Amino acid sequence: MTTSAPAPAPQQTAPLGVIMLCHTALHRAAQLARFWLQAGCPVIIHVDRAVSDADMRALQSDLGAHPLLQFSKRFRCEWGSWPIVAATQAAAEELLATHPGLDHVLLTSGACLPLRPADELISWLQSHKGIDFIESVAISHIPWIKGGLSEERFTLHFPFSWIRQRWLFDQSVELQRRWGIRREVPRPLQPHMGSQWWCLSRESLRAILHHPRRARYERYFKRTWIPDESYFQTLVRMVSDRIESHSLTLVKFDRNGRPNLFYDDHLQLLRRSDRFLARKIWPEAEKLYDFFLTEKVAKTPPLPAEPRKIDRYFEQAARQRQEGRAGLYMQSRFPHDPDSRTKSAGPYSVLCGFGHLYRNWEFWLTQATGLRAHGHLFAPEKVEFHGGARTYHGAISNSARLRDYNQRMFLTNLLWATRGERQCFAYSSRDNMTAELNWFMATDRNAHIAVISGGFLLPLFFGDYKVDDILGHIGWLQRREQDFINALHSKWAVANIRVWTLAEYMTEPSQNLATVLQDIVPDATLADIGAPEIRALDRLDAYIAGLRNQGLPAALLNDYI
Amino acid sequence: MSGFRTKLRLRARRQAKLMRALRKSLELRARVNRTDNIRPGSILAFTTLRNELVRLPYFLDYYRAQGVGHFLMVDNASDDGTTEYLEAQKDVSLWVTGASYKASSFGVDWLNHLQWRYGAGHWTLVVDVDEFLVYPFCDTRPLHALTGWLESQGRRSFSAMLLDMYPKGPVTAQPYRSGQNPFEIARWFDACNYSVKRNMLMQNLWIQGGVRQRVFQPDTPEQAPALNKTPLVYWSRKYAYVSSTHMLLPRGLNKVYDERGGEHASGVLLHAKFLDTIIGKAREELQRGEHYAGSREYAAYDKGLQQDADLWCSYSTEYINWRQLEILGLMSKGDWA
Repeated sequence: MTTSAPAPAPQQTAPLGVIMLCHTALHRAAQLARFWLQAGCPVIIHVDRAVSDADMRALQSDLGAHPLLQFSKRFRCEWGSWPIVAATQAAAEELLATHPGLDHVLLTSGACLPLRPADELISWLQSHKGIDFIESVAISHIPWIKGGLSEERFTLHFPFSWIRQRWLFDQSVELQRRWGIRREVPRPLQPHMGSQWWCLSRESLRAILHHPRRARYERYFKRTWIPDESYFQTLVRMVSDRIESHSLTLVKFDRNGRPNLFYDDHLQLLRRSDRFLARKIWPEAEKLYDFFLTEKVAKTPPLPAEPRKIDRYFEQAARQRQEGRAGLYMQSRFPHDPDSRTKSAGPYSVLCGFGHLYRNWEFWLTQATGLRAHGHLFAPEKVEFHGGARTYHGAISNSARLRDYNQRMFLTNLLWATRGERQCFAYSSRDNMTAELNWFMATDRNAHIAVISGGFLLPLFFGDYKVDDILGHIGWLQRREQDFINALHSKWAVANIRVWTLAEYMTEPSQNLATVLQDIVPDATLADIGAPEIRALDRLDAYIAGLRNQGLPAALLNDYI
Repeated sequence: MSGFRTKLRLRARRQAKLMRALRKSLELRARVNRTDNIRPGSILAFTTLRNELVRLPYFLDYYRAQGVGHFLMVDNASDDGTTEYLEAQKDVSLWVTGASYKASSFGVDWLNHLQWRYGAGHWTLVVDVDEFLVYPFCDTRPLHALTGWLESQGRRSFSAMLLDMYPKGPVTAQPYRSGQNPFEIARWFDACNYSVKRNMLMQNLWIQGGVRQRVFQPDTPEQAPALNKTPLVYWSRKYAYVSSTHMLLPRGLNKVYDERGGEHASGVLLHAKFLDTIIGKAREELQRGEHYAGSREYAAYDKGLQQDADLWCSYSTEYINWRQLEILGLMSKGDWA
């Protein structure tokens, strides 16, 4: 891949000069330099002074002598500091002095990668002579700054290094804010910012470098923060009126404001870029270097440019880091106080009391909704999955012990494992209701909870029990139902909640049932499927009266009779 | 104030752990020490093992392919040729000991010492020979692409939950051949039956579930083994594993999860435990009694697997690749794009 023979000098010098700022992975820098030299572009390389002499010599001997190749004066370039600009200025001056015939100068780095053949860029620039390609946005219009300060970059003093003296840096910013210390921006400068990587016309670059007030501006920019993203971006506005405010280099920043790296598996993505270069490339991305720096890129039929696709790819990653996937609880996502909108993976229905009132309720519900309705998922004996399954999606067991070990995660797991298919289940006071579960559902926007209160009494009414035997049991059931309803009626409840007493429900059972059904399947009507049969409630009022006479509180189903 | 006391207490515990590792290091005898070959920045794997000859070829090749630079291994009295095999590997440094595995906190003390001695300033990976790390993009990016990215994000630890893999049918039905990819046989796993709780003191998550809980511990779920692991750490001499690779001190290293709804990047350790080799292993370990909680786990396997129990159920998921695990929510890319 790398050869130490110097690239053959082409017949003619191309009108595009290239400045390369390098500090690591110098073998890649050498490869890139050869790419430009082969196309006849004069190249000037700035190697960071932190690079050892041995590595520097290795780079020089790797590249060999070449009439179009120069090395510029070395600066120590710390991130966000002035020497990056100084190094760029020095390199640009030297390049323009040696090659006065250039039309454009491209600022790039040892970690950038050209995405198209050099000739394509050169001829494209030839048809855009005199135009400056530099992202330059007025600071009042910048919503996308990552990692803090925007306007303050220009109006505060920055005597400390953000990398090495973070504490002092933060303190000094804080103090200046408190004391209202502000710097004047030298008139007539209008602060602009944008990507560090530009491609300027010779005229504009000369004008910036030879500006009569350059010394004054330098003094100012030396004490701003990240001047490499503002010096040329601001000055170009003074000297040029033919600016196309976008960079030719694709850079995607992460949430901390660092450029995302491109790896081998980004090859197809990068081929869809509409830019000429990309950064930052992982130095070991062998496939990328092999594709884009060889004739392969020219020989492969190009893909249509879809820059939005690249944006979406990185936006999706940022969103996953920031918001995560709703309803997922796992080793690297465990929200402490989950948002009521994202507590669970999707909408689900909790139906209380319907199975006691209607015959064959589960079967009917499955027919009417086309869903696999469960029985009582939280029944004390076992989990009543649809069809009596012993395990369910995600290999969730029907063991009651396993479920009760972590009820909340049993529910969120089930909803996650069946995402895309709405879950419906029965829930009643006889189930292993816990306060945690009740509150989880009540404060979950995905929960659709319909309750016929007092429904718990019906199995006892239909069963053949002596009232004496079950009196305590009824009281217990009622307290549990009341706990659940209290959670549903609390001010924190945000679930979609409907609570009827049995008597209320029975005034218009068909209409109420239709409401419940349409909540699950919006366009369903009872006319299509028919309502299930209601069990006979003939002597219920007498039964309740009897219970009261035995000593149960009058509040029990007090509106039924 | 109590927060400060907790900090002091944990600090004392960490130092005690490190002292203990130093003491236990007396039990280790260097069989072959090639640690001079370790290059700066290379990723180091640390393993304790006993009688694993049949598994070793695939294990070593798997991690070599991911870019592990050197293996530091403690051989706990193997007698099946494991020692000789490892001795012959050019990228392995081997220590041997006949001392008790249990008394060294199940190998943690030995490895803590080796990490203290050789791991500082390196990314270290602590894995058993039946654990295979899967991380985002592991099919296209080597492990040091991941560690480089973690460093750029200021992260020093990376979690990879243990995922128990199993075959369809009795475990004895498909014998494992040396050098074979164990996941050709143990291709199935439980996708979504895990319980996650938070350990407030150590700040780690406590994950249980999977096939072991479903099949062997349906009535004693609290006894099911912990599955949370943090095997990949940029090591410092101040660090110590406390209990297997489930917990570390200082406890900040255990915070591998986001609490505000976002997702950190994470991986999975595919666990090739349920192969035919487990029958002999369970028998042997039951006799030695050198495993956690009186080796009750092995007692359960011995009982369950003897009866040709099928771990597979109709909702088991067949393994495809890391992207599948990502979509299932068992691991996450986070914002590593």
